[in-house]
Amino acid sequence: MIHIDLTDQPIDVAAALRSVEADGAGAINTFIGTVRNQSTGRAVVRLEYEAYDSMALHQLRKVAEQAQEKWPMLQAVTVIHRKGTLHIGDVAVVVAVSTPHRAESFAACQYIIDTLKQVVTIWKKEFYLDGDVWVAAHP
Amino acid sequence: MHLNIALFGIAREIVGQPTLEIDVAAGQSARGLLAELHARYPALASLSSLAVAVNNEYAADDAPLHERDEIALIPPVSGG
Repeated sequence: MIHIDLTDQPIDVAAALRSVEADGAGAINTFIGTVRNQSTGRAVVRLEYEAYDSMALHQLRKVAEQAQEKWPMLQAVTVIHRKGTLHIGDVAVVVAVSTPHRAESFAACQYIIDTLKQVVTIWKKEFYLDGDVWVAAHP
Repeated sequence: MHLNIALFGIAREIVGQPTLEIDVAAGQSARGLLAELHARYPALASLSSLAVAVNNEYAADDAPLHERDEIALIPPVSGG
């Protein structure tokens, strides 16, 4: 079971965890990405996430499906990403997976967040006291 | 042929608008479109990468574009 969402509302982490509960699962693994107060030494005031919604949702689903192919024992996958303005400590992304045993749950969760960062069409702009930068835009 | 291109993130800021209408040769490839856009907006060349998406998939360099395609310019992604 795959659940994908892109939202401008705060992410309900507890609900995301509940969404991957499965009778066949002995392990639930979660990655929660939060907004840090600094980036390469500059104090971050806030972030803005912009998304190409239709492609981001399509690519997120593909990443989840690829994880299911690599780890066929995956019981459920939930990926929820925020967009819009976020402040320090806000939850930007949640990946939750359930599997029969723990080893695959760690591997699948890491695969999903690592691949998300490479292919999913979401862009992060960091705002500092004295300027702003699109993350990763330039070499 | 006439293409409507959706722009996001820093590409949107460089071009100065969220969509771009452009006329290119029929059957133009993704690579050819990028060359045309680089010529018009040299700042795009400073980006770490710039991809073309067609109908919500990353397009191969030599993929021919069509008028009815949903085309977007994808600067380096930074989700998560």
